[in-house]
Amino acid sequence: MDNRNTQINQFLNKEYEHGFVTSLESDALAPGLNEDVIRTISAKKNEPDFMLQWRLKAYRHWVTMTEPAWAHVHYPPISYQDIVYYSAPKQKKEALKSLDEVDPELLRTYEKLGISLKEQERLAGVAVDAVFDSVSVATTFKEKLKEKGIIFCSFSDAVQNHPELIKQYLGSVVPYRDNFFAALNAAVFTDGSFVYIPKGVRCPMELSTYFRINAANTGQFERTLIIADVGSYVSYLEGCTAPMRDENQLHAAVVELIALEKAEIKYSTVQNWYPGDKDGKGGIYNFVTKRGACRGDHSKISWTQIETGSAITWKYPSVLLQGDNSIGEFYSVALTNHHQQADTGTKMYHIGKNTKSTIISKGISAGQAQNAYRGLVSVLKGAQNARNYTQCDSLLLGPDCGAHTFPYIEVKNPTAQIEHEASTSKISEEQLFYCQQRGINTEDAVSMIVNGFCKQVIKQLPMEFAVEAQKLLGLSLEGSVG
Amino acid sequence: MIEIRGLEAAIGEKPILKGIDLTIKAGEIHAIMGPNGSGKSTLSKILAGHPDYTVTGGSIRYQGIDLLTLPADQRAQQGIFLAFQYPVEIPGVSNIYLLKAALNAKRRAQGLAEIDAFDFMQLIKAKLALVQMDEKFLHRAVNAGFSGGEKKRNEILQMALLEPTLAILDETDSGLDIDALKIVAQGVNSLHSKDNAILLITHYQRLLDYIIPDHVHILSNGKIIRSGDASLATLLETKGYAGIIQ
Repeated sequence: MDNRNTQINQFLNKEYEHGFVTSLESDALAPGLNEDVIRTISAKKNEPDFMLQWRLKAYRHWVTMTEPAWAHVHYPPISYQDIVYYSAPKQKKEALKSLDEVDPELLRTYEKLGISLKEQERLAGVAVDAVFDSVSVATTFKEKLKEKGIIFCSFSDAVQNHPELIKQYLGSVVPYRDNFFAALNAAVFTDGSFVYIPKGVRCPMELSTYFRINAANTGQFERTLIIADVGSYVSYLEGCTAPMRDENQLHAAVVELIALEKAEIKYSTVQNWYPGDKDGKGGIYNFVTKRGACRGDHSKISWTQIETGSAITWKYPSVLLQGDNSIGEFYSVALTNHHQQADTGTKMYHIGKNTKSTIISKGISAGQAQNAYRGLVSVLKGAQNARNYTQCDSLLLGPDCGAHTFPYIEVKNPTAQIEHEASTSKISEEQLFYCQQRGINTEDAVSMIVNGFCKQVIKQLPMEFAVEAQKLLGLSLEGSVG
Repeated sequence: MIEIRGLEAAIGEKPILKGIDLTIKAGEIHAIMGPNGSGKSTLSKILAGHPDYTVTGGSIRYQGIDLLTLPADQRAQQGIFLAFQYPVEIPGVSNIYLLKAALNAKRRAQGLAEIDAFDFMQLIKAKLALVQMDEKFLHRAVNAGFSGGEKKRNEILQMALLEPTLAILDETDSGLDIDALKIVAQGVNSLHSKDNAILLITHYQRLLDYIIPDHVHILSNGKIIRSGDASLATLLETKGYAGIIQ
């Protein structure tokens, strides 16, 4: 067994591929947080007064809060006064008219990450918003989307150009009072993506944001707001990477989704923030609040996440099923290795009648990692005929890792039907030997078995992302035949 | 093709094989018979390179190479195939994916390009017919929910696809009804040629009614105590192990 674990470990000890640093001049604030910092951020972004007031309310609320400690994760206290809350690559001009004006060094960074912004512009299929440290550096396909009335831009642009939408929806799903990290984000968030899909429009391409943390000691606090108006559809993807650094860096994002009547939002994440080294040094603390509201009848929100990075992942993409017959889905793969910790899951609030939710969670742990699924299915009094199906599977690689499942179910309506299935398994020596006896090496065999384990989730991803996700998991493409 | 000399092996501290000598030539079919615990399955696992077993003495030369220096996957790529007594289930991994990955691993080792999807389908359909398996098996997860007989046929399907030089069939007859046994035996016989060899490991004589061995060896307490032709198996059937071993 020892011998076998070594083989698995070698496979798992691959170096983080996106750990490089881009050298760019940046415009950054000194570390620390107070009302002046917030005023400065707001001023730098030339925000209307309602934004500043909202940030200040959030900040004043945040200082009264204490950091939550209930998650199954352990880390030394974060010193919020040592974090830089604003860092932006220096640009020559205030506003960029085209990609040609973006610093070539920045474009090269994204190319190195496999996201050529220039090429994205030429190839149809995926529109990208690239967020670098605190600001959005480029958004592709803007014009083409505009023809259909779709707004896809950085959050900052949206504040300038569509303040009425921001005013109406910002904080309407995740209020600043929601939790410690949401309050902090509301106070200091610097950029992010904004999407509005007008009535009856089916967004013709995948929209995607690529988040990159570059500067040291910088927190990334982005905010994404997606509004799908009546009868519209959008599929949105986000990807994330960061350089390798010995210090831990905080990423506290907020994502709000709003689906009106008969609208559908599909939100996919491939999260590969730097996970720290083998001994658990460094890495991103990924403390994120993601929530969608199915406001209208027959609306649908689907979260799919592949979480492979970060020293600590702490997130629960959730759905408020307010509209009658609305549907919420959560598909998750969380892979933790070495000293990584993940406490992730979802919350499904059944509020309207005939609401349905599906939760499929696949946790994979290796090394000394700890992986927890934490989920809540809540059926409120008025939610007649609510249905939920939950499946939580854990796969363990090696003897020193852990998998934990914390399902919470609260039902206040007797017509509800809730199903929960859970399993824990190990990659067995016999499975590996079987594959090897067929000529398949250990690395491919582990990939194949892990891939098989995650299949239900990976097939939810859009094609382009599925490929990236499988590469990330060290997998070769399953199902390419037949 | 393969020469086993003075092979001794243990699992943990416990010695299982205590000096095995066996030579198999191309074109031959050998059967190893023996009571439970005699070391039959251990021999098959060692030939295939299972990491739980430690070779404590002796040597194995296979086609001129020292087999014991190769890891399991490379042995397989060199043409050694083990049909498992208890094939494992691999949930979520489709059978066709495993089959294709295995074939391509072998092709890569031979310096050949990976097979294209169309050619692969043609090839696998022909092999399915050989073991009378339905195409829908290709899309089920490897062995998951297969009956005992289906698992064994699936092993022979893999063998048919990979065309091994030395195929070791570990108790392939166990758990098979007579119809399935005939299908498996026909499959194996059709794959046998003058260029390959087959090592049958079995408890009972009945498989040998359908696959006729050139040589039969009786294994007891980690040693081959008697070798002969197919008639030895018949003798065994009448006298029992007890009658032969003492």
